[in-house]
Amino acid sequence: MEVQGNHNVVRLSEVTKVFRMGSNRVEALKGINFAIKAGEYLSIMGPSGSGKSTLFNMIGALDKPTTGRVFIDEVDVAQLDAYELAWLRCRKIGYIFQTFNLITVMTAIENVTLPMIFAGMNRDEYMEKGMELLGLVGLAERFQHKPPELSGGQQQRVAVARALANSPAIILADEPTGNLDLTTGEEIITLLKRLSTERGVTIISATHDIKMLNVSDRIVWIRDGRIDRVEERRDLKISIGEVK
Amino acid sequence: MSRSVERQVVLPFAQVVRISFNSMRVRLSRSLITTASLALAIAFVAYLWSGYDILNSVWPHVDSAFQEDILTSGYEMTDGLFGSSPKDRWLAILSLIVAVVGIVNAQLMAVTERFREIGTFKCLGALNSFVVRIFVLEGIYQGIFGGLIGSILGILVSTLSLTLKLGWSAILFWPPLQMLVTIGWSLFLAALLSLLGVIYPALVAARMDPAVALRAE
Repeated sequence: MEVQGNHNVVRLSEVTKVFRMGSNRVEALKGINFAIKAGEYLSIMGPSGSGKSTLFNMIGALDKPTTGRVFIDEVDVAQLDAYELAWLRCRKIGYIFQTFNLITVMTAIENVTLPMIFAGMNRDEYMEKGMELLGLVGLAERFQHKPPELSGGQQQRVAVARALANSPAIILADEPTGNLDLTTGEEIITLLKRLSTERGVTIISATHDIKMLNVSDRIVWIRDGRIDRVEERRDLKISIGEVK
Repeated sequence: MSRSVERQVVLPFAQVVRISFNSMRVRLSRSLITTASLALAIAFVAYLWSGYDILNSVWPHVDSAFQEDILTSGYEMTDGLFGSSPKDRWLAILSLIVAVVGIVNAQLMAVTERFREIGTFKCLGALNSFVVRIFVLEGIYQGIFGGLIGSILGILVSTLSLTLKLGWSAILFWPPLQMLVTIGWSLFLAALLSLLGVIYPALVAARMDPAVALRAE
């Protein structure tokens, strides 16, 4: 796996994002600066509309910043060509979304193996690894089911398995527990934490789920398109149902 | 670096075939609507073509009284052949223009409602060309299927209606070779029309940043 050095996996420098809707200008991000270290479990917290998801898209190289730079492994994302971007999304980053975003016409195993097909694995390899990953999330016996035949929690677990397909160094999760009940949400969080500690995967998660705070190494609070404050977990005092 | 990266993000042709075929099979009713609009347009053109083919094939074998009957029933002959007058050509061209608008619309809708899927594909590391290849192949499948249904339908209808008008001589002198040619042209035309409809929206969708495609509803 990756060397557990303390290098910056992701670094943002003066990142802004402006959305134009007709004559309206909406500044979703107003100059974000921060760095994420390898192996870290980082949570991005903030009310809805604070720019969390926009920031998530910037970190994951899914959208271009209006101004500023995003570095992944100290490489400026804006300098990458289409192949390198696709390679980055395929091998380096695993994405988990609030709305799962599974391909609805494909079965669980087809969803999980798709990134491995893109990565050039042959059928035997990707079927074996796909089943192993579905087993890891406890869905091995449902591999032939399509997303509509699975519950929300099961779909999210398929999405987690898919995110792990090419053993990425970074897992980006946008509200991974947002559409799940308490227990399933906790299972997903435990799974992510296990990946972080056992495999040294960097976990970056946009969330407003308090349960996430318990496992995070660092929490970045976003408000109104800016970083409000950054907290280390040891500085946090968590009481039941409340965070101060 | 870029060369090694190129080799590491791939979508083999067999997988394109599998994905696009599955995606059509699962969305059968949706793709049948697109295919039906293609089939209807092609049916009309094939109806015109095959009707003239039958007339041309019947003409030399019947007596002059019968030939007079054909001419008085409204068919026009130019240079000893049916179907080559400017009016006939305009009829075919106009019907195709109307059909193209319908097909482009159907394909546009079909691609637009899959923006989310396209965004997901790109998040998983798909190149723009993967997306375009899948949609182009689906367009070709639909074109060939719609063209086949449409041309057979058109030929059936023209044969039936001419049999009613001219009697058994339409069946007796039915030209099988010309009909095969008509089917061939229909398939080509249908695949072309289908591609025309699918390629623009697929290109637009493939070029989107994944986040933009995922946001689109």
